[in-house]
Amino acid sequence: MDVGRRLLLRGGAALAVLAALPRAVLAAVWPEKAFAATEADAAMSALFGATEAAPSDQITLKVPEIAENGAVVPVTISTTLENVESISIVVENNPRPLAASFEIPAGTLPNVSSRIKMGETSDVVAVVKTQGGIYSATKQVKVTIGGCGG
Amino acid sequence: MASKIKVKAKLSGDVAEIKSLMLHPMETGSRKDADTGELVPAHHITQLTVTNNDKTVMVANLSTAVSKNPYFGFSFSGAKAGDTLKVSWVDNKGATDELETVLK
Repeated sequence: MDVGRRLLLRGGAALAVLAALPRAVLAAVWPEKAFAATEADAAMSALFGATEAAPSDQITLKVPEIAENGAVVPVTISTTLENVESISIVVENNPRPLAASFEIPAGTLPNVSSRIKMGETSDVVAVVKTQGGIYSATKQVKVTIGGCGG
Repeated sequence: MASKIKVKAKLSGDVAEIKSLMLHPMETGSRKDADTGELVPAHHITQLTVTNNDKTVMVANLSTAVSKNPYFGFSFSGAKAGDTLKVSWVDNKGATDELETVLK
């Protein structure tokens, strides 16, 4: 009887491990190293394995020239480049420059918008990764009141 | 718990334009509590996933630099009325929220 109970318990534990697996796999996708980087270059190399992005006029980066409130800065990025794999937002002077990275599956249009926080006046870089390479567009946003606490 | 995600979807042809808003504090981890003076630990959404009829149409990896109560707008093709759109997120504390809506 006792042996049976042990077996049952062990089986249960194994099942629990199995059930936890997909979650762990999913969480691993979040590029922790890139987000933890404190320099834009380090974030870029952690995310793409390269720090060079070719400036492209096929990327449209829409940000306000002056953001009165750094806690809410609207950002819209769209591109006419083809075979886009991801679109990322990098704020060079933020304590952690990589703000967000959007994976663009086939069928999804390369056009995203969101709202981000900026600690101070900084260049905002839209980084677009395509099958052919890494491209970027940069614009400066002047911040009147920082939005990173403190 | 009722979902705290709001989604607006607009179909034009086979392109769905999605606008979504979710409630989340998105703490940076560098803000001090006004009363205690202690740092408020980072608490932010790490990953947002949107699927349409189980096909993934958007995965967004986020940091604390995304504004409180995040907003996301994007579009995808291959959509039609009656499709089931599911928006879900997970944060750095393992909390989740999701919302399902039918395109029309």
